[in-house]
Amino acid sequence: MEERPFSDLSYQQFLDEEKLMGSRCRKCGALSAPPRPICIHCHKSDMEWVPMSGFGKLAAYTCIAIGPPSMIAEGYDRKNPYCVGVVELDEGVRVDARIEGVNARQPETIQTGLPLQVVFLHRGEGEKARTCLAFEPLPT
Amino acid sequence: MRTRNQPKLARDVAVVGAGMSRFGMFRDKDSKDLFADAYRDTLASVDKGVDPTEIDALYFGNFTNDFFVHQSHWGPILSDLIGLVPKPVIRTEGACASSALAFREGVLAIASGLCDRVLVGGLEEMSKLPTEKVTEGLSLAGLPYESDVGFTFPGVFGAIATAYFDRYGATREHLMNVTIKSHENARLNPNAQYHVSIRDMMNAKIEKAGKQGRPLPTWSDEKEFLRDPAANPMVAWPMHLFDCSPISDGASCMLLVAEEIAREFTDTPIHVAGIGQGSGRGLHACDDLTSFEATRYAAKVAYEMAGIEPDDVQFAEVHDCFSIAELLHIEDLGFFGPGEGFKAVEEGLTRLDGSKPINTSGGLKCKGHPVGATGIAQLFEIWTQLRGLAGERQIPNGNVRVGLAHNLGGTGGTCSVTILERV
Repeated sequence: MEERPFSDLSYQQFLDEEKLMGSRCRKCGALSAPPRPICIHCHKSDMEWVPMSGFGKLAAYTCIAIGPPSMIAEGYDRKNPYCVGVVELDEGVRVDARIEGVNARQPETIQTGLPLQVVFLHRGEGEKARTCLAFEPLPT
Repeated sequence: MRTRNQPKLARDVAVVGAGMSRFGMFRDKDSKDLFADAYRDTLASVDKGVDPTEIDALYFGNFTNDFFVHQSHWGPILSDLIGLVPKPVIRTEGACASSALAFREGVLAIASGLCDRVLVGGLEEMSKLPTEKVTEGLSLAGLPYESDVGFTFPGVFGAIATAYFDRYGATREHLMNVTIKSHENARLNPNAQYHVSIRDMMNAKIEKAGKQGRPLPTWSDEKEFLRDPAANPMVAWPMHLFDCSPISDGASCMLLVAEEIAREFTDTPIHVAGIGQGSGRGLHACDDLTSFEATRYAAKVAYEMAGIEPDDVQFAEVHDCFSIAELLHIEDLGFFGPGEGFKAVEEGLTRLDGSKPINTSGGLKCKGHPVGATGIAQLFEIWTQLRGLAGERQIPNGNVRVGLAHNLGGTGGTCSVTILERV
């Protein structure tokens, strides 16, 4: 469906277009998100792009009080922590993502296993515009 | 009987000297000063002495002094510092496992027959930058997918902890057991950056409050202190300040020689019984969120080379960059079953007087973690214990003969396991 190379750059371009994409090996069917140019199961390089449904559950998480300069610039600090996690997608692969819509000030209230859906956070403008992969709890 | 696939060195190697600088945050010392300290300490530790002109090469680990002090190409700086020019010097980089890789390359240089006497070492100078910049520098060892969404190193290990809690029913209280134990050991280690028990720290804070006329804190025990967010603030849930290794400057060094000439240097050479190294994927792509594949692989190779089982290891230094990491490692190394590590710590099995003492030095948490120096500093502790030179923290449980050091880089991306044996 898409001719883009199976690279981190393509993965980011798709995110900028609000698409979460993975790669699937045409030889053995192994799925990967973020994409891989070489299959680590059968070692072939015959890949195709696959859109991910964007649904999953929280496999692991943390709420960060001391972040890197880029997060401090977004207004996060010791008094205002942010949540990031590892999300296990319905397709069975895991991705790193920001977790929105949870109370990062009370991390003990957040539970692994929480059902999530994808959201795309657009940050910066012009040349610095970049989309960050995020998930939020499914509406109950 | 050696099987066809059993890893084996072509020539045996021994450690005949080891040393380290003080670890800490030093305004008045730079990387060269610290490496000079570790080097002099190493030479002084060689019982029968060593002629520095006979050293064939230096392998040293450094993660990213490029970032921390804006200087690359440390090789010739160090070889000139110690008078090794024009002999070869080689830098190894494996994030926090950088100097264990240097140790391994030094062993291989001797095993190959090319060298007979090799110095190995490590250094890092982290404290010149503010904490946020150090956090950014350490994040360079993660994956872009991790840093892009704001993961930090404490954050990745925090996430691992939530997965471990979820799977095995452990809690923050169990992590506190690791921290309390590490500080008890560090109280006995004069080289430790935090040479104090948690109780000592509590008493010091109470005394300070009294002198300043503030209300005296009323913590009933160490855990109540660690639960107090004023004393132990959150860094990256559930990692709090006392779950994290500190920002440190420091250097470490060792002298390796071919085993056949080891007795020219000492009557108690320490034999390199097994070395294993492994690689791993980032957290999102690993096969198990509560285990490091790189550790399991490196350990398997090291055990096979040494011809021993995990139960034969009498004590170990493991890479406790964060409290949760110590639990994963003692399970991945086969000392305890999956999900059993936190129970073993709670039962005191990993204490200095337990059946499997872990991090007798105080670990990275208390001894300090100048990342590129850590791997060989861990081996320094193994060497010290095996030679019976650990003073107050000498393992009381009989005559130790086999020790293991486990050094991890990145979010499990690089691991080195080394087994030393007193023969």
